[in-house]
Amino acid sequence: MALISVKNLTRVFDVSKPWLNRVIERRAKAYLTAVSDVSFDVQERSTYALVGESGSGKSTIGRMLVGLLRPTEGTVEINGVNLATESDAATVDKIRSDIQMIFQDPFASLNPRWRVRDIIVEPVVARGGDATGLAEKLLEQVGLSALDAGKFPHEFSGGQRQRICIARALSSEPKLIVCDEPTSALDVSVQAQVLNLMSDLKDDFGLTYVLISHDLTVVQHMADRIGVLYLGRLVEEACPEDLFANTKHPYTKMLLEAAPRMDGFGREAELPEGEIPDPINPPSGCAFHPRCPVATDICRRERPEMRKLGDIRVACHLAE
Amino acid sequence: MSDMTQKIPQKSRVRLFLDSDIFYAFKRSPVAVASTIVVSILILSALFAPLIAPTNPFDPASLNLMNGFTGPMAPNAFTGETFLLGTDDQGRDVFSTILYGMRVSLFVGVAAVLFAMVLGITLGLISGYVGGWTETIIMRTADVQLTFPSILVAMLIFGVAKGFTPVEYRDQMAIWVLIVAIGLSDWVQFARVVRGATLVEKRKEYVEAARLIGRTPFAIMLRHILPNVLSPVLVIATISLALAIIAEATLSFLGVGAPPTQPSLGTLIRIGQGFLFSGEWWILLFPAVTLLALALSVNLLGDWLRDALNPRLR
Amino acid sequence: MSDVVLSIRGLSVEIPTRAGVVRPVDGVSYDIRAGEILGIVGESGAGKSMAGNAVIGLLTPPARIAAGEIWLNGNRIDQLKGDAMRRLRGKQIGMVFQDPLTSLNPLLSIGDQLTETMLTHLPISRAEAEKRAVAALEEVGIPGAAERIGSYPHEFSGGMRQRVVIALALCAEPSLIIADEPTTALDVSVQAQIIALLKRLCRDRGTAVMLITHDMGVIAEAADRVAVMYAGRLAELGDVRDVLTRPQHPYTDGLMASTPLASQGKARLHQIEGAMPRLTNIPQGCPFHPRCSYAQDKCRAAPAPEITGGHAACWFPLIAEKVS
Repeated sequence: MALISVKNLTRVFDVSKPWLNRVIERRAKAYLTAVSDVSFDVQERSTYALVGESGSGKSTIGRMLVGLLRPTEGTVEINGVNLATESDAATVDKIRSDIQMIFQDPFASLNPRWRVRDIIVEPVVARGGDATGLAEKLLEQVGLSALDAGKFPHEFSGGQRQRICIARALSSEPKLIVCDEPTSALDVSVQAQVLNLMSDLKDDFGLTYVLISHDLTVVQHMADRIGVLYLGRLVEEACPEDLFANTKHPYTKMLLEAAPRMDGFGREAELPEGEIPDPINPPSGCAFHPRCPVATDICRRERPEMRKLGDIRVACHLAE
Repeated sequence: MSDMTQKIPQKSRVRLFLDSDIFYAFKRSPVAVASTIVVSILILSALFAPLIAPTNPFDPASLNLMNGFTGPMAPNAFTGETFLLGTDDQGRDVFSTILYGMRVSLFVGVAAVLFAMVLGITLGLISGYVGGWTETIIMRTADVQLTFPSILVAMLIFGVAKGFTPVEYRDQMAIWVLIVAIGLSDWVQFARVVRGATLVEKRKEYVEAARLIGRTPFAIMLRHILPNVLSPVLVIATISLALAIIAEATLSFLGVGAPPTQPSLGTLIRIGQGFLFSGEWWILLFPAVTLLALALSVNLLGDWLRDALNPRLR
Repeated sequence: MSDVVLSIRGLSVEIPTRAGVVRPVDGVSYDIRAGEILGIVGESGAGKSMAGNAVIGLLTPPARIAAGEIWLNGNRIDQLKGDAMRRLRGKQIGMVFQDPLTSLNPLLSIGDQLTETMLTHLPISRAEAEKRAVAALEEVGIPGAAERIGSYPHEFSGGMRQRVVIALALCAEPSLIIADEPTTALDVSVQAQIIALLKRLCRDRGTAVMLITHDMGVIAEAADRVAVMYAGRLAELGDVRDVLTRPQHPYTDGLMASTPLASQGKARLHQIEGAMPRLTNIPQGCPFHPRCSYAQDKCRAAPAPEITGGHAACWFPLIAEKVS
């Protein structure tokens, strides 16, 4: 059974101006659909990656997975439990302790006034658990020293802070860790250290990762399955081999073409058309049609359904 | 457990402070060091007034009306006693009244700021973290209060409280009413600054991490956000202290503050100004200079602190 | 060589701090020729931006140039002060920063900003400047340039804003453009457009470009030559193809190997142990030696050599068939 099952997930934000401004400027309420009708499953002990550019809704999905945001519509089930509707407190607590998150900015994700030990064991202490010697053990597991437990976050570099975040995430012995751009604030050489650490821990602890990233190379290296998002919609989902070699969706193709390559000396990339549209007023039909080189009439009229092509899922009228 | 944790060397908070950039900047700023020395001397002498003051000016037994109007450092014409800073009309030693007056001034100032701080931090944290209608109500109340001059608010509160207090308790109550009056007129800026800082902090990922593990809003506000919004509060508290001391002096000078039985520096100045034109200048001048030195040095310290904690302003 | 636009010789930048004087840039030398893009690549703390800021006289005090020379079109500019530096900055050096909003005045329309810049630096009439402003916006690919000339910076998207900044940087016809992480804040698809734009302008106009970035992929696609910086020093300098495909400095080699590649699959990434040293704590000798698996006694004792012959500042440069 899938560990996570996401069905028709939608999240709408009210981005209206304050009431008085609306009255004076005669504006209607404004809504931003950050995530629109997204469905996917994540298998236990696998790494599922969500990729997309800004405004694709990848972080919003991540926050709904861990329960920091409530879905407007649709459901997130973890081990068959829907946290938003489940009423049994013990079940909710059990599932919650199974989920952890690693954030993007290692400088904002650690409370600067707390010692590292207190930061790491907080998920355990908050539930009244015994955290004796836990911080020291975890610090060594993530490649730091037990002696670091008494220090404050400002004494560490970005990569070391991200290791501390990982130690905190591990302390409640979770099954699932949602990693929101875990390495995009880090330098390449440090990124390699953190990615390797994440791979090792996944095997050691039997973890499931949901990896949110804009970086295709990272995703390709880490993921077992990749979902590509555009303007809040899932446009393509496949395993890395298929996604990179047998690309179905024109947006994915554009993204792959545009990404800079280490061996692309003097390459004249085929330039993408235009920019990401305003998510408050998304285009009709397929959201990608204004930038799509192969769009036809039906793309402007109808939003494509998610279709299965073998092992690949793609939301495009023309893909085959 | 502890044998594991005890082996780990851990710098104490004091050690961390002594190593910090703030302390380093402090050592290198003559203004900060000088004003700290002045403030410390004044506070210590107020605290230990009974040990330092030559007389207890409020003990009627020690007073000799014959000593009235003795000039500073000059022997009294009748008794031959000399007083460092002279005496007032009732023969009270001005130096001693200043020491005791400073006690009242500082006590009222510190207590009023603490009161304003607790109120302001609480309301600011709640409005910043909870948002919505709670925030609107709290912050609009603050806006309305800001449209009144704070002295007026203090006088209003003072007047109302006086009306409700039986005559025999009025003098005892006066100090506490003063504290509440000044504190209530001062909480707004604490609330505003704390709310602003809370809005910044609550978006940071460490707060999300705490929410994720199911920490209650109360625990997040108290344990996570509060420690991170305290540095601007410290700056405001210092500057507010100077303002509160002056506000107390103003109220006392206007006759609505500390009673003559428990005179503050402001009361002393009010008493002294009556003798200014008859030539007994010392009764006014020395309390006034003390007030100036106290308020100025606290203020300078606050200004320095603001610059030091806010590197962007430099 | 007559076509060298910018020449930096032994540049060092110092900042006095509590813990002593630190050197975020230490003895850096490189040239940029007309029509050439020199990529400056390095991780955070490598001093790559600091070197660029030194060239345009934008070091924030107390940071200062402690040694070395900077030559622009045959004139020494590292000692210019105040007004002279400002004039030079607008006229001969164009700047593009990571956040386009820092280079645009939010209160002036983009047309006004372009026209003003040109009138300050070029001997042309207002009518001519206005005509050229539209042309400049068209050249950087802003659709409907003539209609949008009166728009304000906030009315543009991030990518379009960066195009406006490029137009602004180019409008006084400078001989050098310093682009400091110009695409870091942008999405992949827009990044590709901006990089292509920079390449085209550099080629068409013969402008020299200093492209500062942390992204090896961007360097590979855009730069002609590359300077790899580590702890304030040049680690490697050479033709981009040579440096990236046959790195001679162990740091560059490690950097290349630690980037995930399509061909690699799920294999473990190569990792360089440790992290870039803090400025207050740069090791003696070659600054990379504590992290270098090839380090020998000489590396710990003597500072890394000048780049001669090959392209690495290393006592034991890696040769093509390196032992692994």
